[in-house]
Amino acid sequence: MDTFLLIGITGIGLGALYFLVASGLSLIYGLMGVLNFAHGSFLTVGAFVGLWFSSQVMHVSNTWTFIGAMVLGGLAAGLFALLVERIVISRLYERHIDQALVTVGIALVVGAVLAGWFGNDLRLLPTPAWFINTVSIGSAHIPVDRFLYIGVAIILLLANTALLRFSRIGLVIRAGVENRQMVAALGINVRLAFSTVFFLGGFAAGVGGVLVSAYSNGVSPLIAGSYLIYGFIVVVIGGMGSVPGSFLAAMIIGVIKQYANYYSPGLGDFVVVFLLAGVLLLRPQGLLGKVKS
Amino acid sequence: MNVLSVKDLHVKINESHILHGVSFEIPTHSVTALLGRNGVGKSTTLKAIMGLYPSQGVIELNGASIAGKLTYKIAQDGIAYVPEDREIFSSLTVKENLTLATRDDKDVARQELVQALFPELTTRAAQRAGTLSGGQQQMVAIARALVNKNEIILIDEPTKGLAPKLVTEVADALGRVAGETTMLLVEQNLPLVKRIAQHVIVMDQGRVVFQGGPEHLHDPEWVHTMLGVSGGHK
Repeated sequence: MDTFLLIGITGIGLGALYFLVASGLSLIYGLMGVLNFAHGSFLTVGAFVGLWFSSQVMHVSNTWTFIGAMVLGGLAAGLFALLVERIVISRLYERHIDQALVTVGIALVVGAVLAGWFGNDLRLLPTPAWFINTVSIGSAHIPVDRFLYIGVAIILLLANTALLRFSRIGLVIRAGVENRQMVAALGINVRLAFSTVFFLGGFAAGVGGVLVSAYSNGVSPLIAGSYLIYGFIVVVIGGMGSVPGSFLAAMIIGVIKQYANYYSPGLGDFVVVFLLAGVLLLRPQGLLGKVKS
Repeated sequence: MNVLSVKDLHVKINESHILHGVSFEIPTHSVTALLGRNGVGKSTTLKAIMGLYPSQGVIELNGASIAGKLTYKIAQDGIAYVPEDREIFSSLTVKENLTLATRDDKDVARQELVQALFPELTTRAAQRAGTLSGGQQQMVAIARALVNKNEIILIDEPTKGLAPKLVTEVADALGRVAGETTMLLVEQNLPLVKRIAQHVIVMDQGRVVFQGGPEHLHDPEWVHTMLGVSGGHK
């Protein structure tokens, strides 16, 4: 029972990391129809900026340093995402094959530049001392960092939901996910919403990059690989454009993967792909996605 | 004085030449009906004016060119668009649909006009627009165009697919709106056109083939020849 609980909470923590990658992907695809393979590079940029801040600027591994690394990593990734959208992707709207090729190219270039600069070896991200502590629930000892991942994911979900529900730009984004031509026909510059979404998606990925680095015990240019793939799977299962759907799917995938790997090592990826196929067959719009007319 | 001038407008979509030099003018404070058989280019004309389709030719709003402008700037210049099939935002509430469309939330007079024309929308403000009936959705679409002070409203088949009772409701609303604004109306419902239009433009195969007054609509032979339908007897 204790092992069951430990694996469950660890799975939710992993799901929280998937959600941080997937939330931006979901909005970007849902609003703009952009299949953004460069999203993993936003995560990598956030991770490296977080590493730079923690190790080169602060020199002290405490809670405030880690929070600063998350915020700076998020901002840097958000600005990078904004630049990618403004300079490259804004010229390629409605050209889906070109978008895929260009964003794959950006991911390769960012990876190569960072590898040339820092090498592919893991560089240790300084974390606060309490990261190695555990919390006892019953007789299960659960690493305390898992709760941090879950907490950050919940904060970003709530912030995202509040922005979408209660702000003017959120209203434009929600309408744009449904019908961006009609939003423009109402006199609204929907491209401002596009840029906002790219920034927010990049910010979440950047924060996720710092947390993934803490979870993986280090930063490397290769760190985003599997998380980007899982991010896409989360988006498809949760429903394109649905941030709550991404949250739900990320949690389900994280938990199922951890349990599958525990009871049959190596089975986790297979079970997730099986789940993906099932959702595509039975509910192609995803768990909380809407069928587009 | 003309609000809108269209001269030699051409639209090509995927190698298909849809509009072949369409030209017409829309006088201020009038309702102009754009008529013709299905597929002659009426909706394409409206979309080209809104910048939703790439086009060649002259499009002027109050004498200033709007050809080639981005859609949102054309709307900000004062052209409102009520598309065929409404295209309301179904996941948003009625109130959110109207809030999204409102460019000047201090224009209380416009909001009162909309409330007076469509009181039902006030009572259903918190309802998701996608759950409304077809007629109510059409009212949302028209209200969205009326919440701003516009130079002209382009309305594409507002009674299409509606039950007869709802057609009457929408027609009544359009009749009241007609006194408030300039309107270019694409419509197959000839009784409605006869009731509110002062000018008629007929298109055929991507060209304008007639411009004049609505009195011809009372001539069954003319209606059958120009529009391919019966209905000129009323």
